[in-house]
Amino acid sequence: MSPEPDVRPPPHRDSAEWIEALRGTGPEHDAAVSRLHALLVRAALAETHRRRDRFGFAGRELEDLAQQVANDTAVAVLRKLDEFRGESRFTTWVYRFVVLEVTSRLGRHLWRRGDVPLDSQDWEVLPDRLGLDPAAVVETVELAEHIRTAVEQDLTEHQRRIFRSLVLARTPVDVLALERDSNRNAIYKTMFDARRTLRLALTRNGFTVGATTGGGGRG
Amino acid sequence: MSGSPISKFLSTDPQDVGCEEAMAVLHVYADLLHDGVDPAQRFPGVAAHLRACGPCEDDLEGILALIKDDSRLLP
Repeated sequence: MSPEPDVRPPPHRDSAEWIEALRGTGPEHDAAVSRLHALLVRAALAETHRRRDRFGFAGRELEDLAQQVANDTAVAVLRKLDEFRGESRFTTWVYRFVVLEVTSRLGRHLWRRGDVPLDSQDWEVLPDRLGLDPAAVVETVELAEHIRTAVEQDLTEHQRRIFRSLVLARTPVDVLALERDSNRNAIYKTMFDARRTLRLALTRNGFTVGATTGGGGRG
Repeated sequence: MSGSPISKFLSTDPQDVGCEEAMAVLHVYADLLHDGVDPAQRFPGVAAHLRACGPCEDDLEGILALIKDDSRLLP
């Protein structure tokens, strides 16, 4: 039996040149590493600038952060060069490292700053948080009450904590992950299960909510 | 309430692959999107995830912004 043919598209010409130069030796390799670092600095500056409002600082501080991101990303890219499979442009693969590193640093920055609320018991904000129509006063109050009851009766303690943090306190997921020594994926999966449980509970109580795209309302 | 924030919040797509799998292919997804190819055809579970996960969608936006700026970024 012959091996399955490789159906991946051929690497982008520029990508092949990047890889060849970075895997090489001598002056060509050194020049490629310098070029990579310059690209990473510019990309990191652009990405940190895009999120400057969330970092809450600008100017020199943001430039220093971008430099640190570029340095760390350069090490990661060179270490993982063999993992580049040519499924995207090389530069796009590199940009992913930059963006994820900035995400990680933003989470740590907000967590260390210590002024992000991590939990809340303020259920008054629930209608606003879930975008319930303030004009439909009776329905909004009723639905919010049912959601609160379902949170308290149908979710596990862990799911309740995650719900309160993400929905009531609006804690950024990456900050919550750090606080709970977890990761974004685990927090998301907890909330995914909680959302499904809440939908089932509301359906049980006469509200109709579509499985994937439907709306909610008294059935 | 179809399409409302509460509907979106309570709706879970069984195809949703979660953050880890989505982040692993975000660069491929971004390139397809940039090239005008519908990435949901190849990655339906990632597309489902990105519809529900703001932070992962934001990461994708970051990559797309850098791709669009490619000519200015490349030394």
